[in-house]
Amino acid sequence: MTFGGRQLSWLLLAACLVPLPASAQNADDNFRAVLAELREAGFADKESIAERLIASGHMSARPVLTALLDDRLFVKADQQIVIARSAEQTLTTYELIDPVTLQPAGASPSDQLTKIGTNNRLRRFLRNTVARFALASPDADVRLDAVKELLRSLDASAAELLRQRRDQESDPRVRHEIDTALAMAALDEGDSAARLAAVGTLSSRLSAEVRNRLAALVARADDGTFAESDEAVRSAAAAAIESIDTKRSLYSGVETLFFGLSLGSVLVLVAIGLAITFGVMGVINMAHGELMMLGAYTTYVVQTLMPGHIELSVLVAVPAAFLVAGLTGVLIERTIIRFLYGRPLETLLATFGVSLVLQQLVRSIFSANNRSVVTPAWMSGTLQINDALAITFNRLYIVLFTVIVFGILLAVLKRTRLGLDIRAVSQNRAMARAMGIRSEWVDAMTFGLGAGIAGVAGVALSQLTNVGPNLGQSYIIDSFMVVVFGGVGNLWGTFIGGISLGVINKLLEPYAGAVLGKIFVLVALILFIQRRPRGLFPQTGRAAEAA
Amino acid sequence: MKEGGSGLPLAFTDRTSISFLALLAIIAIAMPVLNLAVPVSSPFHISTYVLTLVGKYLCYAMLAITVDLIWGFCGILSLGHAAFFALGGYAMGMYLMRQIGTRGVYGNPVLPDFMVFLNWNELPWFWYGFNHFWFAMLMVAVVPAVLAYVFGWLAFRSRVTGVYLSIMTQALSYALMLAFFRNDMGFGGNNGFTDFKDILGFDLQQDTTRSVLLVITTLALAVSYCACRAIVGSRAGRVIRAIRDAESRTRFLGYQVESYKLWIFVFSAVVAGVAGALYVPQVGIINPSEFEPINSIEVVIWVAVGGRGTLFGAAAGAALVNYAKTYFTAALPDVWLYALGAIFVGVTLFLPRGLAGLLPATGQTK
Repeated sequence: MTFGGRQLSWLLLAACLVPLPASAQNADDNFRAVLAELREAGFADKESIAERLIASGHMSARPVLTALLDDRLFVKADQQIVIARSAEQTLTTYELIDPVTLQPAGASPSDQLTKIGTNNRLRRFLRNTVARFALASPDADVRLDAVKELLRSLDASAAELLRQRRDQESDPRVRHEIDTALAMAALDEGDSAARLAAVGTLSSRLSAEVRNRLAALVARADDGTFAESDEAVRSAAAAAIESIDTKRSLYSGVETLFFGLSLGSVLVLVAIGLAITFGVMGVINMAHGELMMLGAYTTYVVQTLMPGHIELSVLVAVPAAFLVAGLTGVLIERTIIRFLYGRPLETLLATFGVSLVLQQLVRSIFSANNRSVVTPAWMSGTLQINDALAITFNRLYIVLFTVIVFGILLAVLKRTRLGLDIRAVSQNRAMARAMGIRSEWVDAMTFGLGAGIAGVAGVALSQLTNVGPNLGQSYIIDSFMVVVFGGVGNLWGTFIGGISLGVINKLLEPYAGAVLGKIFVLVALILFIQRRPRGLFPQTGRAAEAA
Repeated sequence: MKEGGSGLPLAFTDRTSISFLALLAIIAIAMPVLNLAVPVSSPFHISTYVLTLVGKYLCYAMLAITVDLIWGFCGILSLGHAAFFALGGYAMGMYLMRQIGTRGVYGNPVLPDFMVFLNWNELPWFWYGFNHFWFAMLMVAVVPAVLAYVFGWLAFRSRVTGVYLSIMTQALSYALMLAFFRNDMGFGGNNGFTDFKDILGFDLQQDTTRSVLLVITTLALAVSYCACRAIVGSRAGRVIRAIRDAESRTRFLGYQVESYKLWIFVFSAVVAGVAGALYVPQVGIINPSEFEPINSIEVVIWVAVGGRGTLFGAAAGAALVNYAKTYFTAALPDVWLYALGAIFVGVTLFLPRGLAGLLPATGQTK
């Protein structure tokens, strides 16, 4: 097992360059013959078989060894060796791949396949070997993963491999990671000066592995001696640990803050439509949650209608949900709410009735079971900023989405004719009517706008939670809290209120747990309203007295 | 008394009150007789299931009256009154749990089953005393009263009114629900309390015990109705209605608006707690879902359907809506939510004074 990366890449290159079909046929047969020995081999033999597979230079060597490492290499009932595409425990049938041609090779029930087993020693060998293959990959991300993999089980040969690789490496991220690995290796092998330099390199790293390795240096063994004999290296290591800890806690603080920001964005999103219907119009819209539910179901329907374009469907769903929920809102306003203006507590009863009808409607059409909405690929995944800080894309998009929706809503209210009318009617209905504003039409549009925004929030919720008939109920209390906390009739209040509630919630979570944290927030909110009965940003002037 | 702010009768010797109390008396006498004395084969026999169902409706009616007292007469719309109901129920449930003793699954003489299950070794301090019936009954009243007092004192003093107050009460109920769902709280987590054996030594599964509980519930409902009527009819009752109609004006006239509101709120919470305590032994279970904000909203709906500001209307609304719920969820489960939704919308739009408003003679004259 002394193949260097360079030799391997030569081998790989050679395998790809072999042009002659006859000799390719030969190579395939040889490979298959060596592979067949795996059936009967013991663990030690398997290692030598693996080495021979690599030595054959066959292009399938890496996939086969990866499969062996992942427990996906099986023997079929007819003694053929095959690779399973996935060997999840939950699957009853595995899709198979031919190990030589890498072409699909049918499927087989999982209980008719015998797994080719591995032990720790073999897995370690395979992991190193696979990483070596990967180090020669033209894709920098693959190389980076390979270095990280080697870092986890670092030995002399791996260090040697990385040292050779270091100078050819062009990608700065990979080189940075190789430096980390080499410094870790130097801690094991080098003299005092090299160890000291290694500690210096490592002090600027953030990963948990580095921190644990440094902590091992300053730890005392049972007999009171230090693992690290040199005093200078020990004190450098202690300083490095402190610096790493400071940075890690800083980044975890940033992460918590970001979690809070994204939770706050969800709260703002679900509350902002209510800020219009409840805040501007004074209607206690208990059906608000169900309007969000309609938005979420619209996303589901859009996805079902365009199965080939899941990536696009969410973008199409946003205006669709706005229209569906908005039109429903206009309908509710025209048939029910317009008879109840000035009687806020009665709008509560009527809209609660509407919410029940909407829930049952959804149950009748889509059944009571949850519907699954697919998350597009561009929304999943993580943005790895460094070893201590990773941000998932869906949270990032929620924050962005909220800011965009809020911005558009603000622009509509402040910059358009409709917005002017809405503000005029909410401030002084009689005067607005006297100035020729059709207040009835404005009422319908305002409610439709609030309902439409609720539908848009539903699209976002469909990516976060289960889409079912009870989706709305679970958010309705939160949305009322946010509006009341921020100050009724004040959009900025809703925004700031929602964000701060989200952040406070997430800051409390590590200390109090999720449920208790939420209870604290609710109690704090109740007490806060006693101090400031009109919320963070109370409405002033005539409208406030009428409320 | 001939006049009053809303033209309602102010004493409970009026015709509606008498017919309401008479109806309760008939229920209290006829139901147990028809259940216990009439043989099962007879068409007049009333099954224990129906008996318990009626008992449940009566508890709801009591809860509805408390909401009507503060909403219909004082303008305080509480969206968290089911929380007081549930707290009373939990206090009763704690007594009933202690009564199980060694008959539980684990047979521990002191600890209820769920505590043994959680590997607790001793009873938490707040469970002390609940093996005594009198103590539990005291707590049925004291716990809701203290909570209502603290909440009301804070809220009314800061002049949190209208929609804000409603949403705060809802938040309170929601916070309590989350708290009671936690296993660590020591109230059985999401399973709550169930599997009760007996009360004061009487077997809860016995028909006679059920009948007695029904009679007590009817009595309690009658007493709370009369008490509410008395409050509403008193001089304080007029101030309370004045607060509902013009709070600032009442304050300027020199009345202590906050203390009137506070005391009526506390009274209402206590009666709600008693209703909950009567509810638990009859239905045989109490769990945190009783705190769900939706339950409190439903209570408000009963009152609105029956007619707020009438007391008997609230009680009738509770019984009617719940009867409809029982009937529809069994017969036409898909239609139930449509029907309920339509009732709410219809009542608010077309019957702002509820079903009681349909009775033209009611209370207008004497």
